Parts: sequence; C-alpha cells; structure tokens
Amino acid sequence: MTFLVSPVANPGPTSPGPTLADFGHDPLWISIIKAVFLFVFLMVGVLMGVWTERKLISRMQHRYGPNRAGKFGLLQTVADGLKMGLKEDLMPRKVDKLLYFLAPVIIAVPAFLAFSVIPFGPVVSMFGVKTPLQLTDLPVAVLLILAMASIGVYGIVLAGWASRSPYAILGGLRSSAQVVSYEIAMGLSFVAVFLYAGTLSTSEIVAKQADGGSFALGSLNIPLPSWYAVLLIPSFLIYVLTMLGETNRVPFDLPEGEGELVGGFHTEYSSSLKFAMFMLAEYVNVFVVSGVATTLFLGGWRAPWPISLWDGANVGWWPMLWFFAKLVLLFCFFVWVRASLPRVRYDQLMHFGWKVLIPLNLAWILMVASFRALRVDNSPLVIVLMAIVVVGALGVYFRFDTVLQRRREQRAAQEAEEFDQLRDQPTAGGFPVPALDLPHYHGATTGLNRKEVPSA
Amino acid sequence: MPKFEWLNPVKGFGVTFHHIFKKPITVNYPEEKRPTAPRFHGRHQLNRWPDGLEKCIGCELCAWACPADAIFVEGGDNTDEERYSPGERYGRTYQINYLRCILCGLCIEACPTRALTMTNEYELADTTRESLIYTKEMLLAPLMAGMEQPPHPMRLGETEEDYYRLGRDNG
Repeated sequence: MTFLVSPVANPGPTSPGPTLADFGHDPLWISIIKAVFLFVFLMVGVLMGVWTERKLISRMQHRYGPNRAGKFGLLQTVADGLKMGLKEDLMPRKVDKLLYFLAPVIIAVPAFLAFSVIPFGPVVSMFGVKTPLQLTDLPVAVLLILAMASIGVYGIVLAGWASRSPYAILGGLRSSAQVVSYEIAMGLSFVAVFLYAGTLSTSEIVAKQADGGSFALGSLNIPLPSWYAVLLIPSFLIYVLTMLGETNRVPFDLPEGEGELVGGFHTEYSSSLKFAMFMLAEYVNVFVVSGVATTLFLGGWRAPWPISLWDGANVGWWPMLWFFAKLVLLFCFFVWVRASLPRVRYDQLMHFGWKVLIPLNLAWILMVASFRALRVDNSPLVIVLMAIVVVGALGVYFRFDTVLQRRREQRAAQEAEEFDQLRDQPTAGGFPVPALDLPHYHGATTGLNRKEVPSA
Repeated sequence: MPKFEWLNPVKGFGVTFHHIFKKPITVNYPEEKRPTAPRFHGRHQLNRWPDGLEKCIGCELCAWACPADAIFVEGGDNTDEERYSPGERYGRTYQINYLRCILCGLCIEACPTRALTMTNEYELADTTRESLIYTKEMLLAPLMAGMEQPPHPMRLGETEEDYYRLGRDNG
C-alpha cells in the first residue's frame, strides 16, 4: 500500500500554496496593511454579521427583522454601537476597578489575535511585494488559536469576579467551565487533522487539503477526498458541536440564556462600550471558530469542487472570495442552529461534553492513529499493541456497562417500590399526593412506561 | 411514523429552512395600516343632529359609568338665544383623559342620546400628558353638509317631536 501526495509546482487548481518558508519576509508596512485589513475586516464583519444574523433568523421566524435604520436596516448595528458609545459608563461602586475595566479587553483582544494565523489566500503581489494573504504563520499556528481561545476565558472569569456580584460570578464560573470543557473536545478534534496533515501550520494544513492524493489498492487508484471535513468526518462533526459550545451560542448559550439568567458574566456591564466589547468578542469568536473550521476542515481558501475545475480558481485574489463564502456559510449555519434548537440544560451540556464528545474523540483518534501507524509500519508490534488497546477498551466498557446496568436495575426497582407505596398511601412522603389511578392520568398505573420519574 | 422519531431534531432544521422562503406575516405598521374590526373600540366622538346641534345633553351618565374615571362633563343650560343642543341642557365642558381611558365602551352604553360613540381610530399616543386630555372641540364630530356650527336655534321642524323624529330619520 502506498500513499501518494503529489504536489504540483506550477500554479494551478492543485497548487499547494504558500508554506511556512513564505512567511517572515514581509516588509513592516505590508504587515501593517494586513493587520489593519484584518481589524477592519473583523469590525465590519461584526457589524454585518449581527445584521445578517438578525435578518436571517427573522426570516426563519416569519418576520422581517431590522428594516428601519438605513436601507434594509443595514445601519441598525451601527446605530446600536453608537448608542452604546454614547451611554453613561456606569461602574458599580464595589467592583474591582482594574479587572472590571480589563476584562472586556482581555476577552476581545485574543479573539482578534487568533485571526492573524488564518490564511485568506495564496501568495499574491501586493504593491509589487510577493506575499501570502495571511498576516503570519507559525509552526504551531493552530496551538496559537487554541491558546487565544483559552486566554479569552480569563476575560469571562475576571469579568465575573471583578463585578462582585453573585449573578456575575456564577455566570462567569458557568461560562468558563463550559468553554474549558468544550476546548478539550475541540483540541482533540484537531488531533486527527494534525496526524493527517503532519503539521500545525495553518497555511500548510490548507496546502495539504489541495489534493487528497490517491489510495492505491493493487492496481486501482482511488482518489481520496481533499477536505478533512470529508476525510475525517467524525472530527469535523465533533468540531462543529464544540465550536457552538466554545462560542457560547445556541444550543449551548447557557452563560447568557436570556430569560433564565440575567446576563451571565456580563450582568454588571449593563451599558456602554464595555458591553459592546463583549458583544464584539462574541461575534469575533464566532468568526474565529468559523475561520478555523474553514481552514482545518473545509479546504481553507481553496475553491470548492465545481469552481476548482477552473484553472484560475486558486491563484491571485480569488481565493479570498472562496474563503469569505465559506465563512459566511458557516456563520449562517450558526444562525440556522440558533433558530432550530432549544437550549440544553447545564448538566446535559457537561454530560455531553465530557462523557460523549471527549471519549468519542479519543476513540476516533485511536482509530486514526492506528490506521496511520499501520500504513507507515506494518510490523506485528503495531498490530499487537492495537489488539491490546482494543481488548482493554472493550473490557473497560463491558465492566462499566455491567456496573451501570446493575445500578439502573436497582434504580428501577426502587422507583417501582416508591410507585407502589404512593399508590397504596397517597399521602406517603409527608405531603398529599393525588391518587395515581385518577382518570386524568390516562392510565398512569396501567403501563409500566408511564412512571413518575423522580428528578435528579 | 415512530420509526423515524429519532430524526425529529433534524426535521426542525428543515422547518426553519423552508420558512426562510415564506412570506413574513409581519404588518409593516406605520407604512401599511390594516383596517380594524368594524366595531373596534377606538377614540370617542360626540355626534351631532343633522342641523349641527350637539346630541350631548350634559347628563354625565358617561362619566358615572366610566370605570377609569376618565371622563369629565359639566352641563350647561341652553337658552333660546344661545342653543347648543335641543332641549334644556348641553354639555358645556366635555373632556376625556386618554391616559386613563381603557376604551371599554361602558360610556357608550350609558349614553341616552347616542351622543357618544366610538370611532376606529387607534393612534392615541403622544408625548405630553396635556395633549392626551381630549377636549370637547377635539371630540365633536365634524360638521357635515347641511350642518351649522352651534349655537343656533333648532332647525328640524316646528315642534320637539318633529325635531327628534326628523333627526332620527335623517341622522
């Protein structure tokens, strides 16, 4: 078995694009242009993003959405931003002044920084300078993104802490617990990509998705899909879930579930530009996770299939359009999810993150890793190790399964006992309980599947 | 189809997606005004007889019927020289406070002469308290063809019976 990756030197639809060697040669003014562009792109992106979200979710809910400020309500977000800027900057008396002031900055700045390693396109000629459409790249660029996401959590915790308010601190703890939990699953879902790409540099990960190579099975050459979203679909699906959790969006928007909590960690940031910073950070984070999804799983700035047949699709400035299109589609997906799904409960959220996503991820990484190892080295040692791991994992699973099964049966028996007791003495338990055979219970006592389930 | 019940969460996505392409049910209110129900309880109106005299006789029954205490009426005596309504009395002062009024219509039921009725006008918002106390001039129905601004003598027949009968048939 051989695995062929065929990099093509001449620019064409399958040209791999810039590599790490292309970075670090920019003159300062080019870097400044790129940085300013990124900043403007994200700011305008947030303005347009809020508008897009409100418009799209309105259409999904049979409404028009904002249509007063400017044509099609396009200036609505600008008006809101201006309003926030002009409001009185209220600072509660007891807050920790320095941290209270710093928290919105700490949450917003890393969100912007993470975008510096997102590739927008291949090498282009910018005012006569050949430069890749990416501010910078590192051998560990994806780690930088993860690190920035983690630093953002400080903003959440400190905002909650500095507010000196029970609502805020509880909201902050919940948010940080959620973000930290989902970051683990998120980081794990990247591992398979790293295994396949063999690098952590974003530009090279994009380059690796240029051509899936082909899988030679005997004399038959099967072309492999080039996007990691297809190749590593479990990783991609898990990443999609974690990016919802990571950005505190529906259905994982418990930190600021309107109508349930006051405002989570930013309860005390009632008005003014500080609150605007939180909003800004939230949306920039959405763009960051969308950009990461595009880069790591959806082929980055590379044109999707029908367009990639055109020779000029992946050269020059066009790739920026493909990147932008992918980003917008992902953002629309966020909105779609928000319109479709209800909010999960906090324990369900944690359960899902720790007991479903992380184990699934680990199992999948194990599979991918063994597959790669087998391909590199066909020695019996690998197979023996794999067998040991699989048998061990199955053993642990069955052990836990029997324990859980026993516990479940015990619980069912206890419930049945309580149920019988309640039927015989309706006042059992210290408070009056209506008889369970009342007609409006619709045969609660006839079917065993209609038992009263105690909470917790 | 319980076999595909596990697909229900996914079906929700389909619902939201195909609703994008439906027409929103929102009424673009200030630009697009739908007519109200024909008997909608809107702003009040003080009606007139066909010759322009007011129907209100200043009896205050509307004010007494009002559960929100929104109506203030002060009656006055008609004289042959200065006549605002047929009969002895007329409403000299008539005010409805729309900050209090709940538009329940009990005043309309109480009115013995059908002087007070309600229109379908519902845009009753303003920026000051004073501007929401509607006075008699604001509430009186506009003068239609053949009507004359009171005070003036009764113009519908010689006798009171004539007046009310003609008034009933024409107004």
